[in-house]
Amino acid sequence: MGASVVPIAVFTILWGIVGIVCPFFAPKGPNRGIIQVVLMLTAATCWLFWLCAYMAQMNPLIGPRLDNETLIWISHTWGNRIK
Amino acid sequence: MGSLFRSEEMTLCQLFLQSEAAYACVSELGELGLVQFRDLNPDVNAFQRKFVNEVRRCDEMERKLRYLEKEIRRDGIPMLEIPGECPEAPQPREMIDLEATFEKLENELREVNQNAEALKRNYLELTELKHILRKTQVFFDEMADPSREEEQVTLLGEEGLMAGGQALKLGFVAGVILRERIPAFERMLWRACRGNVFLRQAEIDTPLEDPSSSDQVYKSVFIIFFQGDQLKTRVKKICEGFRATLYPCPEAPADRREMAMGVMTRIEDLNTVLGQTQDHRHRVLVAAAKNIKNWFVKVRKIKAIYHTLNLFNLDVTQKCLIAECWVPALDMETIQLALRRGTERSGSSVPPILNRMETAEDPPSYNRTNKFTSAFQNLIYAYGVATYREVNPAPYTIITFPFLFAVMFGDLGHGALMALFGFWMCYKEKPLQAKKIDSEIWSIFFGGRYIILLMGLFSMYTGLIYNDIFSKSLNIFGSSWRNNYNESTLTSNKLLQLNPDSWDYLQSPYPFGIDPVWQLAEANKIIFMNAFKMKISIIIGVFHMLFGVCLSLWNHVYFKRRISIYVEFIPQIMFLTLLFFYMVLLMFIKWTSYGPSPALNFNTSLPEVVRSSGYCAPSILITFINMMLFKHDENAREVCDEVMFAGQMTIQKMFVIIALLCVPVMLFGKPYFIMKDQKQRARQGHQPVDGAAENGSAGGAVAPAHGHQDEEITEVFIHQGIHTIEYVLGSVSHTASYLRLWALSLAHAQLAEVAWNMLLRKGLQSPGYEGGIMLYVVFAGWAAISVSILVLMEGLSAFLHTLRLHWVEFQSKFYAGEGYLFQPFSFEIILDSAGQGEE
Repeated sequence: MGASVVPIAVFTILWGIVGIVCPFFAPKGPNRGIIQVVLMLTAATCWLFWLCAYMAQMNPLIGPRLDNETLIWISHTWGNRIK
Repeated sequence: MGSLFRSEEMTLCQLFLQSEAAYACVSELGELGLVQFRDLNPDVNAFQRKFVNEVRRCDEMERKLRYLEKEIRRDGIPMLEIPGECPEAPQPREMIDLEATFEKLENELREVNQNAEALKRNYLELTELKHILRKTQVFFDEMADPSREEEQVTLLGEEGLMAGGQALKLGFVAGVILRERIPAFERMLWRACRGNVFLRQAEIDTPLEDPSSSDQVYKSVFIIFFQGDQLKTRVKKICEGFRATLYPCPEAPADRREMAMGVMTRIEDLNTVLGQTQDHRHRVLVAAAKNIKNWFVKVRKIKAIYHTLNLFNLDVTQKCLIAECWVPALDMETIQLALRRGTERSGSSVPPILNRMETAEDPPSYNRTNKFTSAFQNLIYAYGVATYREVNPAPYTIITFPFLFAVMFGDLGHGALMALFGFWMCYKEKPLQAKKIDSEIWSIFFGGRYIILLMGLFSMYTGLIYNDIFSKSLNIFGSSWRNNYNESTLTSNKLLQLNPDSWDYLQSPYPFGIDPVWQLAEANKIIFMNAFKMKISIIIGVFHMLFGVCLSLWNHVYFKRRISIYVEFIPQIMFLTLLFFYMVLLMFIKWTSYGPSPALNFNTSLPEVVRSSGYCAPSILITFINMMLFKHDENAREVCDEVMFAGQMTIQKMFVIIALLCVPVMLFGKPYFIMKDQKQRARQGHQPVDGAAENGSAGGAVAPAHGHQDEEITEVFIHQGIHTIEYVLGSVSHTASYLRLWALSLAHAQLAEVAWNMLLRKGLQSPGYEGGIMLYVVFAGWAAISVSILVLMEGLSAFLHTLRLHWVEFQSKFYAGEGYLFQPFSFEIILDSAGQGEE
């Protein structure tokens, strides 16, 4: 299992605040209901979308197939010297 | 509860208005714009109504105003917009004043115009005469030229000399003709007179104004010489036929000079008179232009009020007008207040009476929107107006619409462009609104400014997740992939694949979105992205549809359709959950349970490790198809398990069987309960039913309420059959339909990449100072393509696909859309539509 706790916790809490906590503080008035729905749906859709992207990469079945020049460049700039 | 979730509760009201107070009250209601009046005399035609005379007078006034407006436009005088407030509808007695003002203005203007036209015609004649005198002078001079005498002699020869001086006397006519008619005119003259006339012509250089159409026209002066009276009549007829104007032209040079002098002085006089007339006209129009918009508003308001009054019924005593209207139940108070204001204004003592009425009719659907929600509500209305009090999809559409759009349009760069455009329109809302740009495309964009802003923002988010900005990626958190190949491998192989089952992969994914390495992996990026995007399309689609089905539950609860919950909602949601939501779960299971071996165990061939490796990962689609066909996977590999988790086969069989059992429940459940209901009623005795029927036929309006019981049972069966087939087949085709999310997203990403590789990359790679110029040119092309094709056209197509996903896939689950729209009597709407009609 390639999941790590920090990103999952951070993004879940972030969208949780938007979607669950914020609706309680929606301004009173005729548009309160709309604002709540907007907040909850935004959080739900954005969280789901992020979750799918995260889970799809947790256990990769294939690796990227790269050009050797690109690989050399990657080693160079992403800080992993060629042995 | 917010009013946007369902349409407002409406009541039918009867309104009794005193004749004197009716006008003022209706005017107040028009300002309020919350009341929809019903036509109480539908069988009376428009000419027999009570206030037809007033309406006609208003029409007449409007015609005069339009005439005035046309004249003002012609002179290019700016018409003042009324800043802020609109004028209130004037009192009926003010109408006479207004009429008198308009009458006076119109007459004055017509008179001035007539005078101006006569003067202009005169002026034209004089200028034409002036030109004739000037140009013909040349011809006469030529004639007088002594060298020509000889020519004449040689031409006419003996005969001419013999005939002597008296017969050689030539007559002539001079005139002015439109320049384009000259060739035809000349040919005609030649043919009709057999070449016995001589035509000379000269062009007038300056264009002349045609007084009737005030166009600028080019004309030519001509002079025709001929011999004898017969030819003279013929020539004159031809001139008439060609609409040439003939002018007298004296033969003697001295007379001509004198005449020219006279013409010049008259032209000068005329010019001063014309100038004064124009000044006067201008002054009148400027004065009118100050008020014309105001007047338009007043007249249109009066007309609207009388139109509305024509819908009312007259009481027997003639003292009272009776109206019927639909009113939002929440606004009864404000309407009462408006009515009271109206009565006070008219000085009447008897207050108007507003009575609630019982009715079996379906009320109109009314959703109170603001500037933010109205655009989304219009997207829904474009499909169909909600049935009265039905769940309104608009509040959910506010987010789901931009989100689904963004899944297809996911690109941080393009999304930012769109969001900026939307933000600019929202930020400059007031000045842009005041500008009143009447281009259709602009008004569509401006009307949807909040949709555009939200679509842009969501596209930026999905673009970040896809890690796609103009087809490049951002490496914010540091990629999870490393290069562990050594130098010799790197130099000897062109393409190298990183292995997730090693320390090439850091064993924990990129925390936010797709790893930037994939954007660089041109060889297999599409394979990876397709697998990901197809899965999320289905996941999002199934959630969207489940949400729709859940909304139908809310409808059933609200309308107290208990049976529908049991035989429609529950089987529907079970069907969707057990088949398609299960497929979604399989996707998540596949994501979590297959992958690289646990660290330090890389590349082993231990069977338990291999079983959970990519080698053994099954295809979700094949698994799902096999589940439906009750089959095992025949291509199972040797080491691998056949199933993804223990007991999968049993669970799957159970799920399919239960889901299939839901179909007959959906199909026969409702008809069965209706039949049972009818039988029970029949057993209780016919008496009450008959009584109701009699009441219905007597009361007229009450009849539809009882229609449900007498519904043909076969009809119920057919209806339910169609509904069930639609739902069951729909679940399959709608799920597949959500794959358009993947298809469009792929297309967008590919197009963006092509634009980058074909254009901008070429510019960035060109060296030297020429490269700078090259880049300048290439960037322009790339930016143009990015905006026009990738943002505008791709945006439009993604928008349309999103619209379809909402209308068909989402709304078919709960939305009937069989209502009709609440159209209140409102001055604002009337004035808006009148203003648009005229432009």
